[in-house]
Amino acid sequence: MNMNDMRLTDASVDMNQSKISAKGVQVYYGDNHAIKDVSVEILDKAVTAFIGPSGCGKSTFLRTLNRMNDTIPICRVEGKILLEGEDIRDPRVDPVQLRAKVGMVFQKPNPFPKSIYDNVAYGPRIHGLTRSKAELDEVVESSLKKAALWNEVKDRLHAPGTGLSGGQQQRLCIARAVATSPEVLLMDEPCSALDPIATAQVEELIDELRTNFSVVIVTHSMQQAGRVSQKTAFFHLGNLVEYGDTTEIFTNPRDPRTEAYISGRIG
Amino acid sequence: MTDLSSAGAVPLRSVAKRSILTASPEMKRRNAVEKRFRLYGLVAIALSLSILALMLFIIVRDGSSAFVQAKLTFPVTLDAAVLDPKGNGNRDEMAKVTTVGYGKVLAASFASALAAKGVDTADMSAKDVAAMISKDAPGQLRQRVLADPSLLGQTIDVTVLAAGRIDGYMKGRVTKVTAQRDGNVTPEQLDLADRLIAADILAKKFNPQFLTLPDASDQRPEAAGLGVALVGSLYMMLLVAVMCVPVGVAASIYLEEFAPKNRWTDLVEVNISNLAAVPSIVFGILGLSVFINFMEFPQSSALVGALVISLMTLPTIIIATRSAIRAVPPSIRDAALGIGASRMQTVFHHVLPLAMPGILTGAILGLATALGETAPLLLIGMVAFVDNFPGAPIGGFGDPATALPVQVYSWASRSDPAFIERSNGAIIVLLVFLLSMNVAAILLRRKFERRW
Repeated sequence: MNMNDMRLTDASVDMNQSKISAKGVQVYYGDNHAIKDVSVEILDKAVTAFIGPSGCGKSTFLRTLNRMNDTIPICRVEGKILLEGEDIRDPRVDPVQLRAKVGMVFQKPNPFPKSIYDNVAYGPRIHGLTRSKAELDEVVESSLKKAALWNEVKDRLHAPGTGLSGGQQQRLCIARAVATSPEVLLMDEPCSALDPIATAQVEELIDELRTNFSVVIVTHSMQQAGRVSQKTAFFHLGNLVEYGDTTEIFTNPRDPRTEAYISGRIG
Repeated sequence: MTDLSSAGAVPLRSVAKRSILTASPEMKRRNAVEKRFRLYGLVAIALSLSILALMLFIIVRDGSSAFVQAKLTFPVTLDAAVLDPKGNGNRDEMAKVTTVGYGKVLAASFASALAAKGVDTADMSAKDVAAMISKDAPGQLRQRVLADPSLLGQTIDVTVLAAGRIDGYMKGRVTKVTAQRDGNVTPEQLDLADRLIAADILAKKFNPQFLTLPDASDQRPEAAGLGVALVGSLYMMLLVAVMCVPVGVAASIYLEEFAPKNRWTDLVEVNISNLAAVPSIVFGILGLSVFINFMEFPQSSALVGALVISLMTLPTIIIATRSAIRAVPPSIRDAALGIGASRMQTVFHHVLPLAMPGILTGAILGLATALGETAPLLLIGMVAFVDNFPGAPIGGFGDPATALPVQVYSWASRSDPAFIERSNGAIIVLLVFLLSMNVAAILLRRKFERRW
């Protein structure tokens, strides 16, 4: 792997306080211990990348952060996950309310089979975020702009969202996720179904989203992690092997497994 | 992983040396197998299609004649002295004149009409001549006069049903040879029928009354109609749709989207599948003992029929709805949950609209099977001879009624061959109903289907 290809992002952005703090998280699927004692601090206004070989638990861990794993009956989570100091696994927490704060973008673009407008407006509508049609229009427009999709779709907002190309669909899903103004945006391999051009667009977008949100991205591509993230966590067989500044991880990994992975020897 | 290449040492039967322009014996054998298999499939399809075509042909051949009927057209003088003895035009008073009185009026007018047209009836008794007219005709004339007393004293052209045997003669069911052995008709009457056809009094005409009249007794198949059965079936379909679809859809949504996956839900699932496989007659027994004997609902009513059929249709609808819900891609649920929709919102905003075509098709096909269901209705008394139309909803749901398939059954089991024709006619009506329901299912599916 040619390390020179990586446009390593400058890590000197003001990554101030911790947004999500996970302490001793264990996840079990039935008898399978999928996540083993993971502790990680996810910073605000920064992009954190989770990398690791397939099946290492990075997506599972991502899904515990907004309790999407609740929908899987055999899944069991232990440990503490604090969102700004509040435990998201507290019995008083309604996962629905949590997910409005911690949005998610999935691996495969999954727009609703509705119009582009309705796709973006759905979140604000169900959460009652807007008081009038004009306000809703504004939210839709600004969300589509944030997702760098506005110019392409502004003339056909009422065309079906499923009629867009793959990259556009994924950006639509991102617009849909940011429309509810979440504090954290979780992205589960958002570019794995996209071509290089669409990938570049989405990556650029992720970099811009960092100014407003805390972004966590799971990716298979180490180049991508290098390009978009400030912090990188390397997972292997359910363990968090190494976590630190992206530049550190890629240029000077402390753990031999990390080094083996980024140099392509395992994975 | 690289040690695979060393396995190349094992000698394989080489296929590389042969030209690809000539088929190898192995390939020929494989192609022959495939060809044979496709042939089997074609034969199977041809066989089933021809059986279906044969069945439809026989039904249409035997049943289409039920929609035409031999009818007599002649002027009738409504003698006020006979039909309104008090002479005051009061309907209640007039209603005291029974069909016997009208029968006499009809017979007298018929005889004079024959005389006027010069039809020779010299070799026949007056009674035999009058017997050319259906026994149901006086009743129909009476209703017409009672509905409009101003007709009294006038001479009006009426078209009345001819007797069943005359109808049979015109349709080829009765011949002069069989008439000799038949106590109900004489060869002379059939000769008279020939003369009447020539005199333009007797003709086969379209018979809409087949769809509107109630059932008639064994003596007058010509007057038997599907009216009560149609109303009964319609009431039952209405009730089944109202009871089954909401319950079935709600149950499916709960089982698919909300129910915890544990032993209890497994048990429920297995039992729903089992219920779908229970023979329908068992539901009939259940309906008899629970709804009629225990809960004392009126027997032979559309209500009880609908309850029993609902029990039968419910598993079908639940199974269809569940598979429609399951076919909605999980990514849509994830998408909705991921932006903070509740379970309920996810289901109602996204899953249900996408599952709608499947649900509708399942529900309509479930209803279609229910429409054709016979066995359980026999047990709850809907096979009875019902001469009166059930009342208007909602009260009418408790009145005695029959259903289309039951009417088919009960006509098919009567002795007069005229009823066989009617039975086939009823099957045609039933098939038209089923076909239109299936068409509705296809259209609805098209309308609600979304492109991905």
